[in-house]
Amino acid sequence: MTANPWVRPYVLTGGRTRGRRHLLVHTLVSGGRYDAAFAGRLLPEARALYERVHTTSESVAELSAHCGVSLGVTRVLLADLAAGDRIVIAAEDSSPYDPHVLERVIDGLRELA
Amino acid sequence: MVYASSPEPGGVPHTGAGRGAAPRPGPRTSVKLVVAGGFGVGKTTLVEAVSEIPPVNTEAWMTQAARTVDALEEPGAKTTTTVAMDFGRVTLAPDLVLYLFGTPGQPRFWPMWDDLCRGASGAVVLVDTRRLEASFAAVNYFENDSDVPFIVAVNLFDGRQTHTLAQVRQALELDPRVPLITCDARHRGSAVETFTRTLRHTLDRTASRGPLAAR
Repeated sequence: MTANPWVRPYVLTGGRTRGRRHLLVHTLVSGGRYDAAFAGRLLPEARALYERVHTTSESVAELSAHCGVSLGVTRVLLADLAAGDRIVIAAEDSSPYDPHVLERVIDGLRELA
Repeated sequence: MVYASSPEPGGVPHTGAGRGAAPRPGPRTSVKLVVAGGFGVGKTTLVEAVSEIPPVNTEAWMTQAARTVDALEEPGAKTTTTVAMDFGRVTLAPDLVLYLFGTPGQPRFWPMWDDLCRGASGAVVLVDTRRLEASFAAVNYFENDSDVPFIVAVNLFDGRQTHTLAQVRQALELDPRVPLITCDARHRGSAVETFTRTLRHTLDRTASRGPLAAR
């Protein structure tokens, strides 16, 4: 927690330790329309996440690292922003073993070699 | 995925697409592989070999789990435990990105391994034949405590193989169905081959379960 070391995590999340969904570390998050007035009303941690999401599509773990917000707090804040329809969190309901996707990953990796 | 929308004055309620605009173009599908193994076996090096970004180091993840473990060691003590762990990213197509997550080496961080492994498409346990015991815990974890398909890769630090794979397999008491390969974590081609083998193994192991096998 580097963004605001003087505030306990539960204060940032309104006392909650879990989001509506326990996001996976590699789940992608992206932004919709940027709302400056909304951003101005957010606490610094939520604001940092909201603004980062609107510059690039990144995973939950990347957002946590780049915004200096611990993973647990990041998960709760992102879930809140998504529930308020402010950001878009990729669906997490697909299987990690989908052969079509894994074959595409293998093909993509081979092109790197 | 549909989220409840909260209409604001003058605003139009939306579902899913983020206020007033379709999601910006960007990767939509992410796949995660886990790189495990003891401290100093080359996990970060392997991730670095293929990552398009320098491995991101993030800390301060542990909250409840750390407290529980620490409580056993120092009764009554309240400690803040930070865990360093790093991960890399490879954009494979405009809509597809691969994440490579290294596990923190110490066994006391196992609760975090569960978190990292959730939704993973495969894992590679790196071993250093000079210190096989450093990776025993990781092999045990994937054999007994995780459903994520895994392979074991011997990292040839100086390009020389000091033990045959048969010797390594025996020393690790590795299940014959778990692939065991060699790699050089410093080289991109070798790292690519390692991750490709990991994914092939996942495909082999999950084919019989059907494409929508449970996590």
